Amino acid sequence: MAKKIKISELGSLFNGMDVESLEGVTIEGDIELEMDTAGGLDPQLAYMLGHETAQVAQHLINISRLLGYPVDQLFGAMAQAAVSGVTRPQELLRSKFEVGRMDDWKNPIQEVTLGATSADGGSRGSTVTLGGENALPYYFDSPMPHRNFVTMDVFDMAIGMAKAVKVNYEDVIESPAEWAKKVVKDFNADMVTIHLISTDPNIKDTSPKEAAETVADVLQAVDVPIVIGGSGNPEKDPEVLEKAAEVAEGERVLLASASLNLDYERIARAANQYGHAVLSWTQLEINAQKELNRKLMKQCDVKREDIIMDPTTAALGYGLDYAYTNMERIRLAGLNGDDELSFPMSSGTTNAWGARESWMVKSPLKEDSDWGPREYRGPIWEIVTGLTLALAGNDLFMMMHPGAVAVIKEITQSLHGSLERDTVDISNWVTAEV
Amino acid sequence: MKINSPLEVYKYLPQTNCGECGEATCMAFGSHVIDRSLQLEDCTPLLEDKFKKKYLELSELMAPEIREVTIGVGERAATVGGDDVLYRHQLTFFDQPALAVDVWDTMSEAELVERVKFITDFKKFYVGRFLRMDMIAVRCTSGDPGTFRETVSKVMENTELPLILCSLDPEVLKAGLEVAGDNKPLLYAATKDNWQAVADLVLEHDVPTVLFAPDDLDTLKSLAGTFLEMGRQDLILDPGTNPQGTMLRESFENFIKLRRAGIKEGQRDIAFPLMSVPMTAYLTAGDEVSSSYWETVLASVFTVRYGDIMILHSIEPFALLPEMHIRDTIYTDPRTPVKVEPKVYEVGSPGKDAPVIVTTNFALTYYTVESDLASNGIDCYLLAADTDGLGVEAAVAGGQLTGQKINDEFKKVDFDFHEKTGHNTIILPGLAARLQGDLEDATGLNVMVGPQDSGQIPPWMEKNWPPKPK
Ligand code: SF4
Repeated sequence: MAKKIKISELGSLFNGMDVESLEGVTIEGDIELEMDTAGGLDPQLAYMLGHETAQVAQHLINISRLLGYPVDQLFGAMAQAAVSGVTRPQELLRSKFEVGRMDDWKNPIQEVTLGATSADGGSRGSTVTLGGENALPYYFDSPMPHRNFVTMDVFDMAIGMAKAVKVNYEDVIESPAEWAKKVVKDFNADMVTIHLISTDPNIKDTSPKEAAETVADVLQAVDVPIVIGGSGNPEKDPEVLEKAAEVAEGERVLLASASLNLDYERIARAANQYGHAVLSWTQLEINAQKELNRKLMKQCDVKREDIIMDPTTAALGYGLDYAYTNMERIRLAGLNGDDELSFPMSSGTTNAWGARESWMVKSPLKEDSDWGPREYRGPIWEIVTGLTLALAGNDLFMMMHPGAVAVIKEITQSLHGSLERDTVDISNWVTAEV
Repeated sequence: MKINSPLEVYKYLPQTNCGECGEATCMAFGSHVIDRSLQLEDCTPLLEDKFKKKYLELSELMAPEIREVTIGVGERAATVGGDDVLYRHQLTFFDQPALAVDVWDTMSEAELVERVKFITDFKKFYVGRFLRMDMIAVRCTSGDPGTFRETVSKVMENTELPLILCSLDPEVLKAGLEVAGDNKPLLYAATKDNWQAVADLVLEHDVPTVLFAPDDLDTLKSLAGTFLEMGRQDLILDPGTNPQGTMLRESFENFIKLRRAGIKEGQRDIAFPLMSVPMTAYLTAGDEVSSSYWETVLASVFTVRYGDIMILHSIEPFALLPEMHIRDTIYTDPRTPVKVEPKVYEVGSPGKDAPVIVTTNFALTYYTVESDLASNGIDCYLLAADTDGLGVEAAVAGGQLTGQKINDEFKKVDFDFHEKTGHNTIILPGLAARLQGDLEDATGLNVMVGPQDSGQIPPWMEKNWPPKPK
């Protein structure tokens, strides 16, 4: 049975009473309230309706609560109608969220395997396969077939390093083989990069033969796949890498690097002859990357499964925006069908240590706030630099700091979906005591 | 944006080529509107009554796919959202993400005031301006509206930064609004359980609000649709930021799904800015440094992939610095030139004993060196050698910076060492040390090798300048 109560009646009912609660009152059946502003209304209420409608609404809600009748929603909606001319729906307007998959990513990225086990004529204990993606990294459109990998830097001579890095290597800095063992055993490196920097004529001018011996030592010391890097001297690198490729025959190393400013043909030939892969290195220029890849394939007969690209890594705050966008464009071009750019990518993430924020004791600028202790700045600079490029499509990271390596692995594998961790209840993070 | 050619914009313009907008023609103005370097309102004739209809139509067509939401009032008010593309190279990202740091209402007053001031004042100079934090998120951990109200007042006494009022209890939010309601704070948050009461507050105070539906895009969309129905456009969506494991991957996917739906598929009812809460890193076990690191990692992930506003906890500089930098990295306009004009610049007013320093014309390198010199009051000549926009290290490795090249560059601008200086000396960047011999041969001048980083030029100068006669 429905009973109608007019607001004027309510008004007179409670007029002048200081009502806190109504006991022993129950209402059964439907109840209907009419907002009737004409006649018979307590002038006080009329005034409020005209000027303080929100308060009236509150008043009504309170009364209804006192009556024990759950009409919050009804009154709420009316109150809002009165306040802003907008009706608050009483129920959530239910809808379903849907979104499509990308249909223009039709071209898979080339798969490239580094390292060879005894089954394939090498002596590595394991191999690393990069590439094979059909989508941007970690996107739901298509699972990423391989996780990201980290190759840690080893140098063939003692070099200058930021303090936070150096403390990890002081005991092995004189021995590339020991250094390599340490990064694999203690720091969980998936691969090792041996940088033959002492071969630079302006540094020690180590002979290619001697450098090749260092490579042999490293291959002996660890059984993960390796990358062999030259000194960056364009005259010397081809012969150094040729010799190194020869001693590493059958191990399927990555030769770093072929670039447009040196005799890339010699490096490509060495890779072909001894069964290695080539790192195709260009400097932040997508068209140069295309050109070099094309030359490697067409002019030097390097097979698609032997090419990895290094489009150059600039540190956070020092051109990472260019490096990021360059990589993202390269990856999107590859997925969209450009077969001159559909190769896995590698990043010299160690470059992050060139950023002054990584190693300087304090800011050189007087205007800056305190930068805090530098030993924590360096590793996070390397992490954020690498992580940003991971999101752009980078597959392999050349890194230096063990802590940074651990974090890069944790985050890339989490996004990849291959790491199980406890589920955390985030629904009430607001009240967390931290 | 629903249109993307200057011609389509032109149709709506007065077509008088009057030049009021600063452009020679309406067509030129149209292309600036398309790349968003000028605003419709810059065409003042368009604002006249007779064009009102066209103006409104064009505004509608030109509105960014992702709505813009403004939080706060006054100079430090921040606008988030506004994006039109999924990848920055397609145009640029607009309205860089707002970084908010939390405070909570169970802190002691002294701690609270200190923390608020620290967040407000933290700054880092970068390429001609300061990077800063943007907001304070006040969390209710007491559960008590009165305590929250007092904390919000205290925060407001100590900062001009916009506030995010954080509690899932509408009574607490109401208490916060009693003191902050006129300053357009952002409410956090309406959920499937409290949305009615939060909606009432939003309608009453006309403030922006976050809709929070962890791991449930259907509910998030339902909330957005419901608030839209009430005429609210200033909404921010939080699909939840799970801090680890496969749930983190799910959160990552949700951000991509929402943004793709908003921009690529034009789903207007979810085309709102997205909030990420990297501070959930603190809900996992870990010491302060690991949590701070992980929070920075999450902030970076969601800066790259579509977060428009973040709530953070750590105030360690090693967290704040990379967070501010990655935000700047992703939101820097890729259309601005990479290079500065290659020439010899004068820093301060160099005299005959002022050093001559070499760097490259990569804009970032040049501005870094220039600000280091200027900030330390070093008057000098600075050559920005044309390396095609490469930094020093890369240019030396790639052969774009050589001794011969540097000599040519000085020749090209007729820089006469004998006339301009009394020392006949060039200072090379430390990263170009290997060019020293080359450059001496090419120029016949004295060549010194400076520090590896221009930030160390001042102590280097103290030790090495003026050069001792040989
Ligand atoms: S102000 Fe408007 S009408 Fe005048 S030239 Fe510019 S776009 Fe055309």
